Amino acid sequence: MVIKKKTSVPVTLKKTLTGIKGFDEITFGGVPKGRSTLIVGGPGSGKTVFSMEFLVQGIRHWNEPGLFISFEETFVDLVENFGSMGYDLNKLSKEGKLIIDQIVIKSGDVRESGEYNLDGLFSRMEHYIVTNNVKRVVIDTIEALFSKIPSEVILRSELRRLFLWLKSKGVTALITAEPGQYMMTRHGIEEYVADCLIILDLRIFEQLMTRRLRIMKYRGSAHGTNEYPFIIDNTGFSVLPITSIGLEHKISSDFLSSGIQGMDELLGGKGFYRGSSIVISGMAGSGKSIFAASVCNTACEQGLKCLYLSSEESHDQVIRNMKSVGLDLEPWVKKDLLKFSASRPNSNGLESHLLTIYDLTESFKPDVVVFDPVTNLTTVGSINEVKSMLTRMMDYLKKNLITTVLTDLTSGGAVPEHTNVKISSLIDSWVVLAVAREKSKRKRELFIMKTRGIASSPNVYDFAITYRGIEIFKNDQMQEEKLVA
Amino acid sequence: MENKKEKEPVPETWQLRLYVAGETARSVAAISNLRKICEEYLAGHYHLEVIDVFKVPMLGIEDQVVAIPTLIKRQPQPERRIIGNLSNTEEVLASLDIKRGT
Repeated sequence: MVIKKKTSVPVTLKKTLTGIKGFDEITFGGVPKGRSTLIVGGPGSGKTVFSMEFLVQGIRHWNEPGLFISFEETFVDLVENFGSMGYDLNKLSKEGKLIIDQIVIKSGDVRESGEYNLDGLFSRMEHYIVTNNVKRVVIDTIEALFSKIPSEVILRSELRRLFLWLKSKGVTALITAEPGQYMMTRHGIEEYVADCLIILDLRIFEQLMTRRLRIMKYRGSAHGTNEYPFIIDNTGFSVLPITSIGLEHKISSDFLSSGIQGMDELLGGKGFYRGSSIVISGMAGSGKSIFAASVCNTACEQGLKCLYLSSEESHDQVIRNMKSVGLDLEPWVKKDLLKFSASRPNSNGLESHLLTIYDLTESFKPDVVVFDPVTNLTTVGSINEVKSMLTRMMDYLKKNLITTVLTDLTSGGAVPEHTNVKISSLIDSWVVLAVAREKSKRKRELFIMKTRGIASSPNVYDFAITYRGIEIFKNDQMQEEKLVA
Repeated sequence: MENKKEKEPVPETWQLRLYVAGETARSVAAISNLRKICEEYLAGHYHLEVIDVFKVPMLGIEDQVVAIPTLIKRQPQPERRIIGNLSNTEEVLASLDIKRGT
Protein backbone atom coordinates (compact mmCIF):
# COMPACT_ATOMS: atom_id res chain seq x y z
CA MET A 1 0.00 0.00 0.00
CA VAL A 2 1.34 3.36 -0.89
CA ILE A 3 -0.99 5.70 0.90
CA LYS A 4 0.70 7.65 3.64
CA LYS A 5 -0.99 7.69 6.98
CA LYS A 6 -0.36 11.21 8.09
CA THR A 7 -1.30 13.17 5.02
CA SER A 8 -4.58 11.61 4.03
CA VAL A 9 -6.73 11.23 7.13
CA PRO A 10 -8.83 14.32 7.82
CA VAL A 11 -8.96 15.24 11.49
CA THR A 12 -12.74 15.51 11.42
CA LEU A 13 -13.49 11.89 10.55
CA LYS A 14 -13.54 9.78 13.66
CA LYS A 15 -13.07 6.07 13.34
CA THR A 16 -13.85 3.04 15.43
CA LEU A 17 -11.26 0.31 15.57
CA THR A 18 -12.82 -2.99 14.63
CA GLY A 19 -10.14 -5.13 16.25
CA ILE A 20 -10.19 -7.33 13.16
CA LYS A 21 -6.65 -8.36 12.27
CA GLY A 22 -5.42 -6.36 9.30
CA PHE A 23 -8.64 -4.48 8.66
CA ASP A 24 -7.80 -1.52 10.87
CA GLU A 25 -4.50 -1.19 9.05
CA ILE A 26 -5.94 -0.98 5.57
CA THR A 27 -8.60 1.52 6.65
CA PHE A 28 -6.18 3.52 8.80
CA GLY A 29 -8.22 3.09 11.91
CA GLY A 30 -11.37 1.09 11.27
CA VAL A 31 -14.92 1.99 10.28
CA PRO A 32 -16.52 5.45 10.53
CA LYS A 33 -17.46 6.12 14.13
CA GLY A 34 -21.13 6.69 14.86
CA ARG A 35 -22.16 5.75 11.34
CA SER A 36 -23.27 2.75 9.38
CA THR A 37 -21.01 0.67 7.19
CA LEU A 38 -22.39 -1.69 4.60
CA ILE A 39 -20.83 -5.14 4.32
CA VAL A 40 -21.78 -6.72 1.01
CA GLY A 41 -21.17 -10.36 0.18
CA GLY A 42 -22.81 -13.49 -1.12
CA PRO A 43 -23.70 -16.55 0.93
CA GLY A 44 -20.71 -17.91 2.82
CA SER A 45 -18.54 -14.89 2.09
CA GLY A 46 -17.95 -14.15 5.75
CA LYS A 47 -20.33 -11.24 6.41
CA THR A 48 -21.62 -12.70 9.63
CA VAL A 49 -18.15 -13.59 10.90
CA PHE A 50 -16.84 -10.13 10.11
CA SER A 51 -19.77 -8.45 11.84
CA MET A 52 -19.77 -10.67 14.88
CA GLU A 53 -16.04 -10.29 15.31
CA PHE A 54 -16.52 -6.51 15.22
CA LEU A 55 -18.81 -6.84 18.24
CA VAL A 56 -16.74 -9.41 20.12
CA GLN A 57 -13.50 -7.44 19.69
CA GLY A 58 -15.34 -4.29 20.74
CA ILE A 59 -16.31 -5.95 24.00
CA ARG A 60 -12.92 -7.54 24.49
CA HIS A 61 -10.68 -4.56 23.82
CA TRP A 62 -12.77 -1.48 24.40
CA ASN A 63 -15.54 -2.72 26.65
CA GLU A 64 -18.17 -1.54 24.19
CA PRO A 65 -21.38 -3.56 24.44
CA GLY A 66 -22.77 -4.84 21.14
CA LEU A 67 -26.17 -5.64 19.69
CA PHE A 68 -26.49 -8.28 16.99
CA ILE A 69 -29.84 -8.26 15.19
CA SER A 70 -30.11 -11.52 13.33
CA PHE A 71 -32.77 -12.10 10.72
CA GLU A 72 -31.47 -15.48 9.71
CA GLU A 73 -29.42 -17.40 12.20
CA THR A 74 -30.72 -18.41 15.60
CA PHE A 75 -28.93 -17.66 18.85
CA VAL A 76 -28.03 -21.34 19.22
CA ASP A 77 -26.56 -21.52 15.70
CA LEU A 78 -24.49 -18.40 16.24
CA VAL A 79 -23.18 -19.63 19.60
CA GLU A 80 -22.22 -22.93 18.02
CA ASN A 81 -20.58 -21.45 14.92
CA PHE A 82 -18.52 -18.95 16.83
CA GLY A 83 -17.64 -21.43 19.54
CA SER A 84 -15.34 -23.10 17.03
CA MET A 85 -13.45 -19.81 16.72
CA GLY A 86 -12.94 -19.64 20.43
CA TYR A 87 -15.64 -17.04 21.07
CA ASP A 88 -17.92 -17.78 23.96
CA LEU A 89 -20.98 -15.85 22.83
CA ASN A 90 -23.05 -17.46 25.54
CA LYS A 91 -20.83 -16.01 28.24
CA LEU A 92 -20.71 -12.55 26.66
CA SER A 93 -24.44 -12.62 26.34
CA LYS A 94 -24.95 -13.66 29.99
CA GLU A 95 -22.70 -10.82 31.08
CA GLY A 96 -25.00 -8.45 29.21
CA LYS A 97 -22.18 -7.31 26.94
CA LEU A 98 -23.50 -8.92 23.81
CA ILE A 99 -27.16 -8.98 22.89
CA ILE A 100 -28.09 -11.41 20.18
CA ASP A 101 -31.62 -10.72 19.09
CA GLN A 102 -33.20 -12.90 16.51
CA ILE A 103 -36.13 -11.36 14.71
CA VAL A 104 -38.49 -13.79 13.11
CA ILE A 105 -40.94 -12.06 10.87
CA LYS A 106 -43.89 -14.21 10.09
CA SER A 107 -44.70 -13.46 6.53
CA GLY A 108 -47.39 -16.02 5.79
CA ASP A 109 -50.43 -14.70 7.58
CA VAL A 110 -49.77 -11.00 7.47
CA ARG A 111 -52.23 -8.73 5.78
CA GLU A 112 -51.94 -5.06 5.09
CA SER A 113 -54.51 -2.42 5.79
CA GLY A 114 -53.29 1.13 5.41
CA GLU A 115 -50.02 2.77 6.28
CA TYR A 116 -47.41 1.48 8.68
CA ASN A 117 -43.76 1.94 9.56
CA LEU A 118 -41.01 -0.10 11.24
CA ASP A 119 -41.26 1.38 14.72
CA GLY A 120 -41.37 -2.14 16.09
CA LEU A 121 -37.79 -2.61 14.95
CA PHE A 122 -36.77 0.85 16.13
CA SER A 123 -38.29 0.46 19.60
CA ARG A 124 -36.66 -2.91 19.94
CA MET A 125 -33.23 -1.59 19.08
CA GLU A 126 -33.71 1.46 21.24
CA HIS A 127 -34.62 -0.74 24.17
CA TYR A 128 -31.35 -2.66 23.91
CA ILE A 129 -29.23 0.36 23.12
CA VAL A 130 -30.49 2.23 26.18
CA THR A 131 -30.63 -0.61 28.71
CA ASN A 132 -27.30 -2.16 27.77
CA ASN A 133 -25.46 1.01 26.79
CA VAL A 134 -24.79 -0.48 23.35
CA LYS A 135 -22.09 1.18 21.24
CA ARG A 136 -21.85 -1.25 18.32
CA VAL A 137 -24.77 -2.57 16.31
CA VAL A 138 -24.94 -5.23 13.62
CA ILE A 139 -27.96 -5.96 11.42
CA ASP A 140 -27.52 -9.27 9.60
CA THR A 141 -28.89 -9.18 6.97
CA ILE A 142 -31.08 -6.26 6.06
CA GLU A 143 -32.13 -8.03 2.84
CA ALA A 144 -34.40 -10.27 4.89
CA LEU A 145 -36.78 -7.36 5.37
CA PHE A 146 -37.44 -7.16 1.64
CA SER A 147 -39.11 -10.54 1.57
CA LYS A 148 -41.08 -9.91 4.74
CA ILE A 149 -42.37 -6.38 4.46
CA PRO A 150 -45.07 -6.28 1.79
CA SER A 151 -44.59 -2.67 0.68
CA GLU A 152 -41.20 -1.91 -0.82
CA VAL A 153 -42.03 1.80 -0.91
CA ILE A 154 -42.58 1.87 2.83
CA LEU A 155 -39.53 -0.31 3.45
CA ARG A 156 -37.23 1.97 1.47
CA SER A 157 -38.31 5.09 3.25
CA GLU A 158 -37.98 3.25 6.54
CA LEU A 159 -34.45 2.13 5.73
CA ARG A 160 -33.49 5.69 5.07
CA ARG A 161 -34.97 6.60 8.44
CA LEU A 162 -33.19 3.66 10.08
CA PHE A 163 -29.74 4.79 9.03
CA LEU A 164 -30.40 8.34 10.17
CA TRP A 165 -31.81 7.01 13.40
CA LEU A 166 -28.75 4.82 14.06
CA LYS A 167 -26.58 7.88 13.50
CA SER A 168 -28.67 9.90 15.94
CA LYS A 169 -28.13 7.19 18.57
CA GLY A 170 -24.37 7.57 18.19
CA VAL A 171 -23.82 3.86 17.58
CA THR A 172 -21.36 2.47 15.05
CA ALA A 173 -23.25 0.00 12.89
CA LEU A 174 -22.45 -2.70 10.37
CA ILE A 175 -25.28 -3.64 8.04
CA THR A 176 -24.86 -6.73 5.92
CA ALA A 177 -26.36 -7.08 2.46
CA GLU A 178 -26.28 -9.40 -0.51
CA PRO A 179 -24.64 -8.41 -3.77
CA GLY A 180 -26.88 -7.52 -6.71
CA GLN A 181 -26.67 -8.05 -10.42
CA TYR A 182 -27.13 -4.47 -11.53
CA MET A 183 -26.51 -2.65 -8.30
CA MET A 184 -23.90 -3.25 -5.67
CA THR A 185 -26.48 -4.75 -3.38
CA ARG A 186 -29.51 -6.73 -4.40
CA HIS A 187 -31.95 -3.99 -3.46
CA GLY A 188 -29.71 -0.99 -3.98
CA ILE A 189 -29.35 -0.28 -0.27
CA GLU A 190 -25.99 1.39 -0.91
CA GLU A 191 -28.07 4.43 -1.81
CA TYR A 192 -28.95 4.89 1.87
CA VAL A 193 -25.63 4.08 3.50
CA ALA A 194 -23.05 5.94 1.60
CA ASP A 195 -20.22 6.43 4.02
CA CYS A 196 -18.39 3.16 3.88
CA LEU A 197 -18.94 0.12 1.74
CA ILE A 198 -17.00 -3.12 2.00
CA ILE A 199 -17.25 -6.03 -0.40
CA LEU A 200 -16.46 -9.59 0.61
CA ASP A 201 -15.97 -12.16 -2.05
CA LEU A 202 -15.35 -15.89 -2.24
CA ARG A 203 -13.59 -17.33 -5.25
CA ILE A 204 -12.52 -20.75 -6.25
CA PHE A 205 -9.49 -20.96 -8.47
CA GLU A 206 -7.84 -24.24 -9.33
CA GLN A 207 -9.78 -25.90 -6.54
CA LEU A 208 -8.44 -23.48 -3.98
CA MET A 209 -10.80 -21.21 -2.19
CA THR A 210 -9.70 -17.64 -1.76
CA ARG A 211 -11.53 -14.97 0.10
CA ARG A 212 -11.08 -11.32 -0.79
CA LEU A 213 -12.04 -8.06 0.81
CA ARG A 214 -12.28 -4.74 -0.95
CA ILE A 215 -13.16 -1.30 0.30
CA MET A 216 -15.41 0.08 -2.41
CA LYS A 217 -16.00 3.39 -0.81
CA TYR A 218 -14.92 5.22 2.29
CA ARG A 219 -16.13 8.78 2.27
CA GLY A 220 -13.66 11.26 3.69
CA SER A 221 -10.94 8.75 4.29
CA ALA A 222 -7.99 7.26 2.54
CA HIS A 223 -8.06 3.53 2.24
CA GLY A 224 -6.22 0.77 0.48
CA THR A 225 -7.72 0.13 -2.92
CA ASN A 226 -6.42 -3.37 -3.45
CA GLU A 227 -8.31 -6.55 -3.07
CA TYR A 228 -7.05 -7.98 0.16
CA PRO A 229 -7.03 -11.68 0.75
CA PHE A 230 -8.54 -12.68 4.06
CA ILE A 231 -9.06 -15.87 5.88
CA ILE A 232 -11.47 -17.20 8.41
CA ASP A 233 -9.90 -19.77 10.68
CA ASN A 234 -10.07 -20.86 14.28
CA THR A 235 -8.89 -17.43 15.40
CA GLY A 236 -11.54 -15.55 13.47
CA PHE A 237 -11.32 -13.13 10.60
CA SER A 238 -7.93 -11.85 9.38
CA VAL A 239 -7.25 -9.51 6.51
CA LEU A 240 -3.79 -9.83 5.05
CA PRO A 241 -2.64 -6.54 3.60
CA ILE A 242 -0.66 -7.12 0.40
CA THR A 243 1.98 -4.77 1.68
CA SER A 244 0.91 -3.29 4.91
CA ILE A 245 3.79 -1.03 5.66
CA GLY A 246 5.02 0.46 2.44
CA LEU A 247 8.75 0.64 2.31
CA GLU A 248 9.35 2.45 5.54
CA HIS A 249 11.29 -0.34 7.18
CA LYS A 250 13.64 0.39 9.96
CA ILE A 251 16.98 -0.78 8.77
CA SER A 252 19.83 -2.23 10.61
CA SER A 253 23.50 -1.66 10.12
CA ASP A 254 24.37 -4.69 12.26
CA PHE A 255 25.61 -7.78 10.55
CA LEU A 256 24.79 -11.44 10.83
CA SER A 257 27.57 -13.84 9.97
CA SER A 258 26.79 -16.52 7.41
CA GLY A 259 28.55 -19.03 9.63
CA ILE A 260 30.40 -20.32 6.60
CA GLN A 261 34.12 -20.25 6.47
CA GLY A 262 35.18 -17.86 3.75
CA MET A 263 31.70 -16.62 2.96
CA ASP A 264 31.68 -13.50 5.10
CA GLU A 265 34.79 -12.32 3.34
CA LEU A 266 32.98 -12.45 0.04
CA LEU A 267 30.35 -10.24 1.63
CA GLY A 268 32.79 -7.54 2.59
CA GLY A 269 33.98 -9.28 5.73
CA LYS A 270 31.04 -9.13 8.10
CA GLY A 271 28.24 -11.19 6.60
CA PHE A 272 24.65 -10.23 5.79
CA TYR A 273 22.83 -7.23 7.16
CA ARG A 274 20.54 -8.15 9.98
CA GLY A 275 16.92 -7.79 9.01
CA SER A 276 17.70 -8.27 5.34
CA SER A 277 16.26 -10.92 3.08
CA ILE A 278 18.56 -13.53 1.62
CA VAL A 279 17.89 -16.05 -1.09
CA ILE A 280 19.99 -19.13 -1.65
CA SER A 281 19.15 -20.62 -5.00
CA GLY A 282 20.42 -23.74 -6.68
CA MET A 283 19.53 -27.12 -8.10
CA ALA A 284 18.63 -30.17 -6.08
CA GLY A 285 21.58 -31.31 -3.98
CA SER A 286 23.51 -28.08 -4.40
CA GLY A 287 23.72 -27.46 -0.66
CA LYS A 288 21.01 -24.85 -0.11
CA SER A 289 19.71 -26.33 3.11
CA ILE A 290 23.21 -26.68 4.52
CA PHE A 291 23.84 -23.06 3.70
CA ALA A 292 20.65 -22.03 5.49
CA ALA A 293 21.39 -24.26 8.46
CA SER A 294 24.85 -22.69 8.78
CA VAL A 295 23.28 -19.29 9.14
CA CYS A 296 20.97 -20.69 11.82
CA ASN A 297 23.79 -22.37 13.66
CA THR A 298 25.87 -19.20 13.82
CA ALA A 299 22.92 -17.11 14.89
CA CYS A 300 22.13 -19.56 17.70
CA GLU A 301 25.77 -19.49 18.81
CA GLN A 302 25.31 -15.77 19.33
CA GLY A 303 22.16 -16.38 21.33
CA LEU A 304 19.81 -15.30 18.55
CA LYS A 305 16.55 -17.15 17.95
CA CYS A 306 15.82 -18.94 14.69
CA LEU A 307 12.61 -20.22 13.23
CA TYR A 308 13.15 -22.95 10.64
CA LEU A 309 10.16 -23.44 8.37
CA SER A 310 10.62 -26.62 6.44
CA SER A 311 8.25 -27.49 3.64
CA GLU A 312 10.04 -30.66 2.63
CA GLU A 313 11.82 -32.37 5.46
CA SER A 314 10.76 -33.17 8.97
CA HIS A 315 12.44 -31.72 12.03
CA ASP A 316 14.35 -34.97 12.77
CA GLN A 317 15.45 -35.33 9.19
CA VAL A 318 16.95 -31.85 9.10
CA ILE A 319 18.78 -32.42 12.40
CA ARG A 320 20.17 -35.77 11.21
CA ASN A 321 21.26 -34.47 7.83
CA MET A 322 22.96 -31.44 9.27
CA LYS A 323 24.84 -33.56 11.82
CA SER A 324 26.47 -35.40 8.92
CA VAL A 325 28.05 -32.17 7.74
CA GLY A 326 29.16 -31.10 11.18
CA LEU A 327 26.23 -28.89 12.11
CA ASP A 328 24.72 -29.97 15.41
CA LEU A 329 21.45 -28.12 15.71
CA GLU A 330 19.94 -30.22 18.46
CA PRO A 331 21.37 -28.23 21.42
CA TRP A 332 19.79 -25.08 20.03
CA VAL A 333 16.41 -26.74 19.91
CA LYS A 334 16.82 -27.78 23.55
CA LYS A 335 17.83 -24.26 24.54
CA ASP A 336 14.74 -22.97 22.79
CA LEU A 337 16.82 -20.92 20.40
CA LEU A 338 15.80 -22.93 17.38
CA LYS A 339 12.27 -23.91 16.50
CA PHE A 340 11.24 -26.13 13.62
CA SER A 341 7.93 -26.00 11.88
CA ALA A 342 7.41 -28.52 9.14
CA SER A 343 4.30 -28.31 7.00
CA ARG A 344 3.49 -28.79 3.39
CA PRO A 345 1.86 -25.64 2.10
CA ASN A 346 -0.66 -27.50 -0.04
CA SER A 347 -2.44 -28.78 3.00
CA ASN A 348 -3.25 -25.24 3.99
CA GLY A 349 -3.36 -22.85 1.09
CA LEU A 350 -1.13 -19.84 0.79
CA GLU A 351 -2.99 -17.45 2.98
CA SER A 352 -3.32 -19.72 5.96
CA HIS A 353 0.29 -20.68 5.50
CA LEU A 354 1.21 -17.04 5.74
CA LEU A 355 -0.89 -16.66 8.82
CA THR A 356 0.79 -19.63 10.44
CA ILE A 357 4.10 -17.89 9.84
CA TYR A 358 2.77 -14.69 11.41
CA ASP A 359 1.50 -16.58 14.41
CA LEU A 360 4.74 -18.49 14.90
CA THR A 361 6.71 -15.29 14.57
CA GLU A 362 4.51 -13.50 17.07
CA SER A 363 4.81 -16.27 19.62
CA PHE A 364 8.44 -17.34 19.15
CA LYS A 365 9.89 -13.90 18.30
CA PRO A 366 12.77 -15.15 16.16
CA ASP A 367 15.72 -13.07 14.93
CA VAL A 368 16.16 -15.25 11.87
CA VAL A 369 13.53 -17.06 9.82
CA VAL A 370 14.52 -19.78 7.36
CA PHE A 371 12.07 -20.93 4.73
CA ASP A 372 13.33 -24.11 3.09
CA PRO A 373 12.47 -24.39 0.24
CA VAL A 374 10.18 -21.59 -0.77
CA THR A 375 9.72 -23.19 -4.20
CA ASN A 376 7.15 -25.64 -2.86
CA LEU A 377 4.66 -22.84 -2.57
CA THR A 378 4.19 -22.82 -6.33
CA THR A 379 2.30 -26.08 -5.98
CA VAL A 380 -0.48 -24.25 -4.15
CA GLY A 381 -0.73 -20.99 -6.00
CA SER A 382 0.11 -19.24 -9.20
CA ILE A 383 3.44 -17.43 -9.48
CA ASN A 384 1.71 -14.11 -8.87
CA GLU A 385 -0.09 -15.35 -5.81
CA VAL A 386 3.12 -16.79 -4.38
CA LYS A 387 4.93 -13.57 -5.12
CA SER A 388 2.23 -11.57 -3.40
CA MET A 389 2.34 -13.84 -0.37
CA LEU A 390 6.13 -13.75 -0.16
CA THR A 391 6.17 -9.97 -0.53
CA ARG A 392 3.88 -9.67 2.41
CA MET A 393 5.82 -12.17 4.43
CA MET A 394 9.13 -10.49 3.75
CA ASP A 395 7.71 -7.05 4.48
CA TYR A 396 6.36 -8.31 7.73
CA LEU A 397 9.62 -9.94 8.75
CA LYS A 398 11.62 -6.94 7.65
CA LYS A 399 9.45 -4.62 9.67
CA ASN A 400 10.31 -6.71 12.69
CA LEU A 401 14.03 -6.63 11.81
CA ILE A 402 14.06 -10.36 11.28
CA THR A 403 16.63 -11.76 8.88
CA THR A 404 14.96 -13.99 6.30
CA VAL A 405 16.73 -16.83 4.55
CA LEU A 406 14.82 -18.40 1.67
CA THR A 407 16.08 -21.33 -0.31
CA ASP A 408 14.90 -21.58 -3.88
CA LEU A 409 15.13 -24.72 -5.92
CA THR A 410 16.21 -24.17 -9.50
CA SER A 411 14.87 -26.85 -11.75
CA GLY A 412 17.24 -28.74 -14.00
CA GLY A 413 18.06 -26.88 -17.17
CA ALA A 414 16.78 -23.58 -15.87
CA VAL A 415 18.98 -20.53 -15.92
CA PRO A 416 20.55 -20.36 -12.46
CA GLU A 417 20.16 -16.60 -12.50
CA HIS A 418 16.38 -16.93 -12.27
CA THR A 419 14.65 -17.57 -9.03
CA ASN A 420 11.77 -19.90 -9.59
CA VAL A 421 9.31 -17.82 -7.67
CA LYS A 422 10.27 -14.51 -9.30
CA ILE A 423 11.18 -12.75 -6.12
CA SER A 424 14.59 -11.46 -7.12
CA SER A 425 13.49 -7.84 -6.90
CA LEU A 426 12.35 -8.29 -3.33
CA ILE A 427 15.54 -9.64 -1.90
CA ASP A 428 18.61 -7.94 -0.55
CA SER A 429 21.18 -10.67 -0.98
CA TRP A 430 21.21 -13.51 -3.41
CA VAL A 431 23.66 -16.36 -3.39
CA VAL A 432 23.64 -18.83 -6.29
CA LEU A 433 24.93 -22.37 -5.76
CA ALA A 434 25.73 -24.36 -8.87
CA VAL A 435 27.02 -27.80 -9.66
CA ALA A 436 29.23 -28.06 -12.73
CA ARG A 437 30.51 -31.23 -14.22
CA GLU A 438 34.21 -31.38 -14.64
CA LYS A 439 35.71 -34.54 -16.07
CA SER A 440 34.62 -37.39 -13.82
CA LYS A 441 33.47 -35.37 -10.87
CA ARG A 442 31.00 -32.71 -10.00
CA LYS A 443 32.35 -29.38 -9.03
CA ARG A 444 30.48 -27.05 -6.75
CA GLU A 445 30.47 -23.38 -7.46
CA LEU A 446 29.08 -20.40 -5.72
CA PHE A 447 28.68 -16.76 -6.53
CA ILE A 448 26.92 -13.75 -5.15
CA MET A 449 24.32 -12.48 -7.56
CA LYS A 450 23.64 -9.38 -5.54
CA THR A 451 23.91 -7.85 -2.13
CA ARG A 452 22.36 -4.51 -1.49
CA GLY A 453 24.58 -2.11 0.37
CA ILE A 454 27.54 -4.44 0.61
CA ALA A 455 30.60 -4.43 -1.60
CA SER A 456 30.60 -8.08 -2.48
CA SER A 457 32.97 -10.12 -4.53
CA PRO A 458 32.14 -10.52 -8.21
CA ASN A 459 34.00 -13.82 -8.61
CA VAL A 460 32.78 -17.37 -8.90
CA TYR A 461 34.18 -19.57 -6.15
CA ASP A 462 34.53 -23.26 -5.71
CA PHE A 463 33.21 -24.73 -2.53
CA ALA A 464 32.88 -28.10 -0.91
CA ILE A 465 30.49 -29.72 1.49
CA THR A 466 32.64 -31.37 4.12
CA TYR A 467 32.12 -32.87 7.54
CA ARG A 468 32.72 -29.35 8.79
CA GLY A 469 29.96 -27.87 6.69
CA ILE A 470 30.44 -25.64 3.67
CA GLU A 471 33.97 -24.53 2.88
CA ILE A 472 34.74 -21.97 0.25
CA PHE A 473 38.05 -22.01 -1.57
CA LYS A 474 39.80 -19.09 -2.99
CA ASN A 475 41.57 -19.46 -6.32
CA ASP A 476 41.06 -23.15 -6.84
CA GLN A 477 42.72 -24.32 -3.67
CA MET A 478 40.68 -27.49 -3.71
CA GLN A 479 41.54 -29.77 -0.88
CA GLU A 480 40.18 -32.94 -2.29
CA GLU A 481 40.91 -35.20 0.64
CA LYS A 482 38.36 -33.37 2.77
CA LEU A 483 35.47 -33.96 0.47
CA VAL A 484 32.60 -36.06 1.60
CA ALA A 485 30.17 -35.09 -1.07
CA MET B 1 -67.08 -33.50 26.55
CA GLU B 2 -70.77 -32.96 27.22
CA ASN B 3 -70.08 -29.53 28.67
CA LYS B 4 -68.06 -28.45 25.74
CA LYS B 5 -70.76 -29.30 23.29
CA GLU B 6 -73.28 -27.37 25.26
CA LYS B 7 -71.07 -24.30 25.39
CA GLU B 8 -70.32 -24.15 21.71
CA PRO B 9 -73.18 -21.95 20.64
CA VAL B 10 -71.98 -19.24 23.04
CA PRO B 11 -70.08 -16.68 20.91
CA GLU B 12 -66.32 -16.70 21.35
CA THR B 13 -64.34 -13.82 22.73
CA TRP B 14 -61.86 -12.16 20.34
CA GLN B 15 -58.55 -11.60 22.07
CA LEU B 16 -56.92 -8.73 20.24
CA ARG B 17 -53.64 -6.98 20.80
CA LEU B 18 -52.80 -3.80 18.94
CA TYR B 19 -49.24 -2.51 18.88
CA VAL B 20 -48.78 1.21 18.33
CA ALA B 21 -45.90 3.62 18.76
CA GLY B 22 -46.49 6.80 20.72
CA GLU B 23 -49.41 9.07 19.96
CA THR B 24 -48.82 9.58 16.29
CA ALA B 25 -51.67 10.23 13.89
CA ARG B 26 -51.16 6.74 12.52
CA SER B 27 -51.47 5.14 15.95
CA VAL B 28 -54.50 7.20 16.89
CA ALA B 29 -56.14 6.29 13.57
CA ALA B 30 -55.44 2.60 14.05
CA ILE B 31 -56.94 2.61 17.53
CA SER B 32 -60.09 4.43 16.49
CA ASN B 33 -60.51 2.36 13.32
CA LEU B 34 -60.23 -0.84 15.31
CA ARG B 35 -62.58 0.29 18.10
CA LYS B 36 -65.19 1.20 15.52
CA ILE B 37 -64.98 -2.21 13.84
CA CYS B 38 -65.03 -4.04 17.16
CA GLU B 39 -68.06 -2.14 18.45
CA GLU B 40 -69.90 -2.70 15.23
CA TYR B 41 -69.17 -6.41 14.75
CA LEU B 42 -67.95 -7.82 18.04
CA ALA B 43 -69.73 -5.79 20.70
CA GLY B 44 -69.38 -7.59 24.01
CA HIS B 45 -67.26 -10.34 22.51
CA TYR B 46 -63.86 -8.88 22.37
CA HIS B 47 -60.95 -7.98 24.59
CA LEU B 48 -58.56 -5.39 23.19
CA GLU B 49 -55.13 -4.50 24.57
CA VAL B 50 -53.34 -1.49 23.11
CA ILE B 51 -49.57 -1.57 23.63
CA ASP B 52 -47.11 1.24 22.96
CA VAL B 53 -43.84 -0.39 21.85
CA PHE B 54 -41.76 2.53 23.10
CA LYS B 55 -43.33 2.27 26.57
CA VAL B 56 -43.40 -1.53 26.87
CA PRO B 57 -40.74 -2.79 24.45
CA MET B 58 -40.48 -6.33 25.81
CA LEU B 59 -43.97 -7.34 24.68
CA GLY B 60 -43.25 -6.24 21.12
CA ILE B 61 -39.96 -8.09 21.21
CA GLU B 62 -41.65 -11.30 22.36
CA ASP B 63 -44.33 -10.97 19.73
CA GLN B 64 -41.69 -10.21 17.04
CA VAL B 65 -43.41 -7.03 16.04
CA VAL B 66 -41.55 -5.07 13.40
CA ALA B 67 -44.20 -3.08 11.57
CA ILE B 68 -46.30 -0.58 13.48
CA PRO B 69 -49.25 -0.63 13.86
CA THR B 70 -49.61 -4.40 14.10
CA LEU B 71 -52.85 -6.01 15.18
CA ILE B 72 -52.65 -9.60 16.42
CA LYS B 73 -55.73 -11.75 16.73
CA ARG B 74 -54.77 -14.25 19.44
CA GLN B 75 -58.20 -15.84 19.78
CA PRO B 76 -60.03 -17.43 18.11
CA GLN B 77 -57.30 -19.54 16.56
CA PRO B 78 -55.55 -19.43 14.15
CA GLU B 79 -53.51 -16.41 15.15
CA ARG B 80 -53.57 -13.71 12.48
CA ARG B 81 -51.68 -10.48 11.98
CA ILE B 82 -52.60 -7.35 10.15
CA ILE B 83 -50.32 -4.38 9.73
CA GLY B 84 -51.24 -0.77 8.95
CA ASN B 85 -53.58 1.88 10.31
CA LEU B 86 -56.54 -0.46 9.75
CA SER B 87 -58.22 1.96 7.38
CA ASN B 88 -59.38 -0.83 5.09
CA THR B 89 -62.30 -2.34 6.98
CA GLU B 90 -62.76 -5.22 4.54
CA GLU B 91 -59.19 -6.42 5.08
CA VAL B 92 -59.52 -6.12 8.84
CA LEU B 93 -62.76 -8.10 8.91
CA ALA B 94 -61.27 -10.80 6.70
CA SER B 95 -58.17 -11.24 8.78
CA LEU B 96 -60.11 -11.25 12.04
CA ASP B 97 -62.41 -13.96 10.66
CA ILE B 98 -65.46 -11.83 11.28
CA LYS B 99 -68.41 -12.81 9.19
CA ARG B 100 -70.66 -9.95 8.30
CA GLY B 101 -74.26 -10.04 9.33
CA THR B 102 -73.74 -12.58 12.08
